[in-house]
Amino acid sequence: MKYDVRQLPLLSNKEIAQGIYDMRLEYKQDDLPVQCGQFAHVYVPGKSLRRPISVCDASGGVLRLVYQVKGEGTKIMSQMQPGGTVDVLVPLGHGFSVDSTKRYCLIGGGIGVPPMLYTARQCENPLIITGFRSESLVILQDDLKACGETLLCTDDGSAGEKGFVTDLLRAHIAEVDEVCACGPTPMLKAIAAVCKEFNKPCQISLEERMGCGVGACLVCAVKVRKNGEEIMQHVCKNGPVFNAEEVVF
Amino acid sequence: MADLSVNVAGVHFNNPLIAASGTFGFGREYGEFYPLSALGGISCKGITLHRRDGNPPPRIAETPSGILNAVGLQNPGVDVFIQEDLPWLKQQNTVVIANIAGNTVEEYCQMAEKLSATDVDMIELNISCPNVKSGGVQFGTSCAAVEDITAQVRRHCTKPLIVKLSPNVTDIASIAKSAEAAGADAVSMINTLTGMRIDIRTRRPVIRNNTGGLSGAAVFPVAVRMVWQVANAVSIPIIGMGGISTWEDAVEMLMAGATALQIGTVLFSDPYAPVKINEGLNRFLDENGIQSVTELTGTVQPW
Repeated sequence: MKYDVRQLPLLSNKEIAQGIYDMRLEYKQDDLPVQCGQFAHVYVPGKSLRRPISVCDASGGVLRLVYQVKGEGTKIMSQMQPGGTVDVLVPLGHGFSVDSTKRYCLIGGGIGVPPMLYTARQCENPLIITGFRSESLVILQDDLKACGETLLCTDDGSAGEKGFVTDLLRAHIAEVDEVCACGPTPMLKAIAAVCKEFNKPCQISLEERMGCGVGACLVCAVKVRKNGEEIMQHVCKNGPVFNAEEVVF
Repeated sequence: MADLSVNVAGVHFNNPLIAASGTFGFGREYGEFYPLSALGGISCKGITLHRRDGNPPPRIAETPSGILNAVGLQNPGVDVFIQEDLPWLKQQNTVVIANIAGNTVEEYCQMAEKLSATDVDMIELNISCPNVKSGGVQFGTSCAAVEDITAQVRRHCTKPLIVKLSPNVTDIASIAKSAEAAGADAVSMINTLTGMRIDIRTRRPVIRNNTGGLSGAAVFPVAVRMVWQVANAVSIPIIGMGGISTWEDAVEMLMAGATALQIGTVLFSDPYAPVKINEGLNRFLDENGIQSVTELTGTVQPW
């Protein structure tokens, strides 16, 4: 069996920036190890749908999920107390493919930053670019610094450089072989365009409202181009990570 | 250990729980949680004559105790289903039901003919999908239309034929009678209720299709009422569905008049729901000294 629902002990669940929480669960890597870029589908008591949250980290016996409170479900998640367990379907999806001979530029925008931490752990000296709207939303800088060279920007200049991650990518793209990114769709679209211009491969992690999480209900559709033909694939099963060149934005 | 097996239109099911069409794909994904033989049957994702890509996303939104969806019948087409998925499904030791949807009555007939030539166990006529522009529910909302399509498909269908009913009608019992009169072997009900939600900040509907089908626990009381009304109107078996989430719901739906059950939305929060519901059913039967689950069907004692 490839999938299993696990009851994971909740170790901590703290707010680390405005409306952003860091949930840590006791988790032993087993015969289904978590790949970077994969996600966890979290059961929320009283809700009809699980919440898909990308894996921020899965090292040292801890599964770390960093999420933003956006609606009722994530609000309930943020109120979960250590000592109890959380019902999690993990690991799910197709993550980032990392080749140890390459140097990567890892880019995260806003709440798209968390999966880049576990990805950074799998890369050799990556260049990590993170972007946020403003200082109050900046997260994970110390964790990321321990994994590679980091560059920070904010839209309003309240932390790091003022500007967008694509400005920093343009300035440094010559230093890397490949780009991996997660964040809002307009940002991913802009990153894909820069990578195309400089002829660098690019993997992007997409988001879409999700149902089953395993590829059965077909709701989280994304249009991709394969062998010249446009087809519908699904973020939960074929993704969340896709080859940027194949995604039809 | 009570007998959980049921018989619908001459087809034997090891237990009354069938995965509902559209929530279970062609079974491969949930087959990675547990052997599919844990289910009495699988009603496959709705298939059409030709491949369909479905609606643009978002296709789903959560609502109080339920979900709205508008997938728009994304599927690879009947021929791909027959070649690539059916042979695998037939090895899973569970009843395989093909759910078919068309733009025209002729398309339904063509698919029924193609599938009748395979070893699929049953055919479920989807005349109740609310999320496609043409076809779908338009065949399922008047007695005359239901009678016409059922009779025509019947002539091309040698498999037991289930007609899946829409709840988006004023009198579902008369629709069910039309299906029965035209040769349906069973009815399955209810498909989703058409619904809509609006994001008040963007003033946009929350799903791209504007409207969608409402399912989940929110619709369960409507489904129970409709199954009960239809059970009082027809003599063919009813496959009851609509928000069944617990074994207690399953018992209730059987008492309302269902012979077998389909479950769907609950799978998204608990993939193991069918296994748990079967365990609960079995316990309930044993505790009440009931030998067979079939003894529950239609046993509600109305005031």
